[in-house]
Order: sequence, then C-alpha cells, then structure tokens
Amino acid sequence: MFEWLGQRLVFDLMGLDPASRAGAALQFFVTDVAKIFVLLVVVIYAMGLLRALLSPERVREFVRGRPDWQARGLAVALGAVTPFCSCSSVPLFIGFVEAGIPLGVTFSFLIASPMINEVAAVILVGILGWKLAALYVAAGLLVAWFGGLAMQMLRPERWVEDYVWKIRMGEAALPAPDTSLAGRHRYAVGEVREIVGRIWRWVLLGIGVGALFHGFVPTDWVGANLGGDAWYTVPLAVILGIPLYSNATGVIPVAEAMLTKGVAVGTTLALMMSVAALSLPEMLILRKVIKWQALGWFVAVLALAFTLVGWGFNLLT
Amino acid sequence: MKTIKVLGSGCRNCEITANVIAAAAQQAGVEIELEKVTDIAEIMAYGVMSTPGVVVDGKLVHSGGIPGPDLVRGWVSG
Repeated sequence: MFEWLGQRLVFDLMGLDPASRAGAALQFFVTDVAKIFVLLVVVIYAMGLLRALLSPERVREFVRGRPDWQARGLAVALGAVTPFCSCSSVPLFIGFVEAGIPLGVTFSFLIASPMINEVAAVILVGILGWKLAALYVAAGLLVAWFGGLAMQMLRPERWVEDYVWKIRMGEAALPAPDTSLAGRHRYAVGEVREIVGRIWRWVLLGIGVGALFHGFVPTDWVGANLGGDAWYTVPLAVILGIPLYSNATGVIPVAEAMLTKGVAVGTTLALMMSVAALSLPEMLILRKVIKWQALGWFVAVLALAFTLVGWGFNLLT
Repeated sequence: MKTIKVLGSGCRNCEITANVIAAAAQQAGVEIELEKVTDIAEIMAYGVMSTPGVVVDGKLVHSGGIPGPDLVRGWVSG
C-alpha cells in the first residue's frame, strides 16, 4: 500500500524516472515517511490504551529487594517495554540507587531502555521483517544483560556523585490512574502527541539518510567495501555510531537502506545499536549523577559489546 | 490561597504544565501561588521519578506527562 503510494506520487505525479538516482531516493523517502508515521501513531496509540500503568515508580517497586539475577531480568525486560524520555534518566537513576537496587542492574536498565522499545520493535517488523526484528531485540536484551554485569564488575559505586547517596525519596502516594475508556483514550492521545512530538525530527532525518543511501550509493561499492568480509567494518560502524544520535525508530530506515544495498547484517545491527544506545546528549545528562570515568567505561563496554554482536552475526550469516 | 508546585528539572513538558495551570487559574479567576521546583533532591523527596509532577498544598496529585484540562481545573478551583 505504501509502496504503491510512493510510486504513484514520485513516478506518475512528479514524473521522475524510476531508474534515476533522485527517483529512487525520493520514492524511498515518500514510502517510508508514510509507512513509519502511520505505524508510529497506530502503535503508540494502541500501547497507550493498553498501558497507562507502567511508570518508573512502578518499575522501581518491581525491581527493588530482589536477588540480583531476578532484578536484572526485570530491569532488562521493563527497560525494553518502557520508552522513557532520556530527560527522566536522572530521577530514574537516583530513584534506583535510593531503593538499594545494584548499580549494575540500573545500568542494564539504562542500556535496554533507549535501544529497545515496543514501538521500534513493531516498526522493525513492518520495515525489515520479523526475523531481523527478533535478531535486533534479542541482541539488545543480551547486550543489556551482560553490559550491566560488566559495569557491576568495575565497582561503579565509587564514581557516583556524592549528593546522589544523600537524597531520600518520599513515599509516593500517587493518585490512581484513570482507567475508564475515556481516560485511557485521553492518555493514549497524550502519549502519541508527546512521543511523536519528541522523535519526529530524528525519524525524518533517519529516513532522509536512508533515502540518500538508497538512491546514491552504488551497490557494487557497498558489496566491495561493506559486505562483511573485512573484519574492521563492524568496529568502524560502532565508532561511527557513537557521536551520531538518533532514537531507535529513526535508525530503522537507515538500516533498511543499508541492508537492501548488501551491507552485512551484523555490521548493520552494530550501527543501529550504537546510534540508538550511545549518544552525547544522554551522556551529558548522566554526567549529573556519575563521573566521567563511569561514563568512559560505559561507552567502552557498550562499544565492545556491539562489536562482538556484529561480528557474531556476520559469522553466522 | 492555594500553593501549586510543578516538579521538573526544566523539561519542555514541565514548562507546558506550569503554563496550563497558570492559564486555568486565570480563567477561573482564582489567585494561586505557582512555583517551579527544579531541585532534583526536592523533587525526589515527593517520591516522583517521572516529571512533570504537580503538588497542590503539599500533596502530590499528579506525575508523568502533561495533565488533562479537567484535572487542572479541579486543582485550581476545588
């Protein structure tokens, strides 16, 4: 349906040649903009209707006081289904620390949360098919689990800012959420506005980059240079992704273009994870609660994990 | 006079929430004291992790996201 729309609009109405570079790029752009934004609105609305219940306060209550492996499992799973705004990373971090949740578990949560969320997962299925979506989600969960574990071994407690330990949280007597149908609808509409309003720029940018790649980068060149035979393409993709920032949804169209041009699966996954999970703004926000050393290790651990995942998938495929 | 506090460390939604409350109070002709709390320790002391949160006369009434218009009207007039 969306492909048809893209073809009609670009080739028939605007009269561009399907074989031309600009034609190919524009068709990709129109198709993906329509498809991704429709999916975004539908998925977020549906999630909003169903949910209305999983706040960070609730996550904290779930995780606190459990044995390590249970806490970590919950943190990874809940991180994957809660699309938190990175602006709430700081209260989240402090809240977890205050509840006595081990730092390694908190890091697991902080890794899983930006990298995987249900909205991105559904769009991944829609654009790249369920196999790649499952691969991405599984790899993300794995990295979150072991990344947090690795951070724990570095004893990051010594790098937490002093004031964090001193904060005492009050008991939140939160008013019960409105669970009537009207209340759920209102919440869902609010979520759509809030999330789409926050990420649409990244998504458009991602589609733009994907379209340019799709239209203007020759397949032969990709095959020769990024086909996955050379070991260095994966770490290169990870390093490239660290300063680049987009959210998990915005990076999907880029991956789509890369894969159709023949970039190896592992290399593409590594870039996706690096772009979504490692970003400068997120680091600057986290700097308020932990020192540079911890951030440095955090980046190093994740970069290594993404590289291993990328190599692993390139070997398997 | 009611004291309403908006808890949040300067995110966009916190600004919007404060504006919505101010507008609702003006519309209802009620005078309120509106305060923005940006200190993270004070925010957390209310037990809030997801901002913006809203506190009316010392009691937490809302957290996470921009509150709906009915809610806000209830706070300023109720």
